[in-house]
Amino acid sequence: MDHLDRLEADSVDIFREAVAESERPVLLYSIGKDSSVLLHLARKAFYPSKPPFPLLHVDTTWKFREMIAFRDRTAAELGLELIVHRNPDCVAMGINPFDHGSARHTDLWKTQGLRQALDEHRFDVAFGGARRDEEASRAKERVFSFRTAQHQWDPKNQRPELWRLYNTRVAPGESIRVFPLSNWTELDVWRYVERERIPVVPLYFAAPRPVVDRDGMLIMVDDDRMPLHEEPRQELVRFRTLGCYPLTGAVRSEARTVAEIVEEMRTATTSERQGRAIDHDQSGSMERKKREGYF
Amino acid sequence: MELLRFITCGSVDDGKSTLIGRLLYESKLLYADHLAALEADSKRVGTCGGELDFALLVDGLAAEREQGITIDVAYRFFATEARRFIVADTPGHEQYTRNMVTGASTAEAAVILLDARKGVLSQTRRHARIVSLLGIRHVALAVNKLDLAGYSRETFDSVVAQFTEFAAELDFAEITCVPMSATEGVNVVGHSELTPWYDGPTLLQWLETVETDPRRDGPSRFLVQWVNRPDSTFRGLSGRVLRGTLRRDETVRIGERTTTVDRIVTMDGDLTDAPTGSSVTVVLADDVDASRGDVLAAASDPPGIADSFQAHLVWLNEAGLLPGRQYLAKIGARTVGFTATKALQLNEIGVDKVHFDAPVPFESYRTSRDLGSFVVLDRLTNATVGAGMINFALGPANVHWQNVTVDKQARIERNDHRPCVVWLTGLSGAGKSTIADLVEKALHAEGRHTFLLDGDNIRHGLNSDLGFTDADRVENIRRIAEVAALMVDAGLIVLVSFISPFRAERALARSLVGENEFCEVFVDTPLEVAERRDPKGLYRKARRGELANFTGIDSPYEPPENPEVRLDTTALSPEAAAAAVVAKLRALGVC
Repeated sequence: MDHLDRLEADSVDIFREAVAESERPVLLYSIGKDSSVLLHLARKAFYPSKPPFPLLHVDTTWKFREMIAFRDRTAAELGLELIVHRNPDCVAMGINPFDHGSARHTDLWKTQGLRQALDEHRFDVAFGGARRDEEASRAKERVFSFRTAQHQWDPKNQRPELWRLYNTRVAPGESIRVFPLSNWTELDVWRYVERERIPVVPLYFAAPRPVVDRDGMLIMVDDDRMPLHEEPRQELVRFRTLGCYPLTGAVRSEARTVAEIVEEMRTATTSERQGRAIDHDQSGSMERKKREGYF
Repeated sequence: MELLRFITCGSVDDGKSTLIGRLLYESKLLYADHLAALEADSKRVGTCGGELDFALLVDGLAAEREQGITIDVAYRFFATEARRFIVADTPGHEQYTRNMVTGASTAEAAVILLDARKGVLSQTRRHARIVSLLGIRHVALAVNKLDLAGYSRETFDSVVAQFTEFAAELDFAEITCVPMSATEGVNVVGHSELTPWYDGPTLLQWLETVETDPRRDGPSRFLVQWVNRPDSTFRGLSGRVLRGTLRRDETVRIGERTTTVDRIVTMDGDLTDAPTGSSVTVVLADDVDASRGDVLAAASDPPGIADSFQAHLVWLNEAGLLPGRQYLAKIGARTVGFTATKALQLNEIGVDKVHFDAPVPFESYRTSRDLGSFVVLDRLTNATVGAGMINFALGPANVHWQNVTVDKQARIERNDHRPCVVWLTGLSGAGKSTIADLVEKALHAEGRHTFLLDGDNIRHGLNSDLGFTDADRVENIRRIAEVAALMVDAGLIVLVSFISPFRAERALARSLVGENEFCEVFVDTPLEVAERRDPKGLYRKARRGELANFTGIDSPYEPPENPEVRLDTTALSPEAAAAAVVAKLRALGVC
């Protein structure tokens, strides 16, 4: 078995353990390439059964339109239950990244929204696509990561995780976040997408798109809600990660296929999260967000 | 491309995090934004006078940056043309030994760092022992900070001699020693002119070529994780090939049943064979009963099934291991009740006799990491509190049960009473033997079939080879429990009169017989009363120091928590006590 086979077998093993030992699992589906791979692995894990859990998308109403279309198409084609949660407080207050800032926008829509959804459906296991190579605090997180009834992560007091013997035991209200892609890298993800021909949102591929400059990032103007004081210009860009469109920087690229992305990756000089405004407040900011329940 | 999982370990400040940062940097795997953050962090909190502090790349948690130490396992990823690597960076502080054990449990190779100037320290030895215990057989000794020792060949040779002498007692297949400076990048990736006398591999060359997990051959083992039933037409077993190759049409054994592999199903189509490590779904030819936790195995060579083991235990929790306490253990895909017999504190490692409350398929840890390892979980807090590695089964692991026609039920009908173990526990001189004798007399007079096993008498024969250490006491009771269980099968009411100080052994004795076939009688006599009676003069001897390990004096007695009968001998006459036991046996429906 080559290293992708081994990563796949490990991830399938993780899915099966978590499902066999939980009551109400859910897959946190954020529509990006990692979610696409996660969903593909979940299908493999339980084939010929369908994945025995619903997909949960914590929506912010600010995702790229192509993401939402891809999400709905994927769920329909695979015949999977899709739960879309939008924090009703944010809907009522009209929280957005322009008036409220990226930090508050992300906390209220995503962190608080996720907590609401998990509480409402009483999920005891939530699969996520986080990888350890993404960020320093993620490098230390367990594959089965315990959360208190308040959804808190305590990095200094994590359960030791040995061999493949995952501890799934929780008291009522507590939960486990399970990360089947923990040991994958960004390059592994793309190579696997290529090998398995996994559909991903077209925004990952280079195309001429309308962009403006914001805080050193290339921001794509995806709809008319974005305040503009200039005319957007067309540039050949793609995205390495996908989030809320006003907070996700595009990169100039000519990679129009997965093979070209893999080739570009091999020579890349910046990390994928470099394009994410929310990570840059200060170093250690991801750890703080995670402790509060961010994925 | 192959994948290698390895760990780095060593004492505090030996430069582990720096080494990993260096490997990432030298393999050109640091992105510009990571590097920019590193430069800023190095100036702000670095310990290298503003130069790049590679440790900051790995020490990601805020608390670690503040304290300048590594407090948890960090997993890092890098790749060369030859291999893809996952490295677990594990801390050197003793209080975090559990994290090292965690990192080592999934690693195939280990890099042990030490400071060339300090040589082999007790921490180095401890880490090397853990690496060996966890079954890692390929080790590189990185003799680091050689820049601070003037790249001295004598220093290197002397450290290597110290380590290899010590490591001879460990179970390593190979030790490669590399003279190194992680901060200067000497012999990490490329060879250096600073050590012209060294012609072995650099650390990265070693990592690229070291042999990986050799346990792929051997009889097939498939662990069932999940029963796959999409509809009434399909019933598959989803799980993982732990060892060997599982083949279509192979004859396999599952528990006591034998069948064949009909299909190996994956989403990409059926397979003719599934190699070690693959996750697949198996359809069996016959509709045999199989469920999560079962192991499908080559019929010619199935794994043993047992519930008691001699095992290495590593304790991972601040609250120490209590002998006899009921924990849970997860082994393979099963979670069962667990008790151990010896106390262990946080970060302690011991060899113990452990008991699971149900038989599990297993192999020794040496044979199979997957079927020979278990974790111990706390029933109350759900924390992972211990880790175990099975050395061998206690009892008949590979002896499959022989069915007989005249069974216990047949004997019950013949005898007109139910069999039972009446287990009297209490301090020496508490009155156990006196009461047991009276109970037996009463039952015998009623025509019941009885037998009395007395501690002192048994020690003259069956157990004459055993002394009074904790280990011997455990074995003493184990044999008696087995004998008592056999006699229950024979239909007898068995009176056992043993001090049996530990809860775990009494729990074991209880587990060997059926429900309502065990009546624990706590002959409750306070120490001072028993010592005053001292019918055999033993307390006086123990007090004079002539008897070691005497229960109540210098060896503990753990009173039963929920005995079927508690006899307060300061309030009851022996006759009244015996009558209370007989009354309880009637209430239990024994006689």
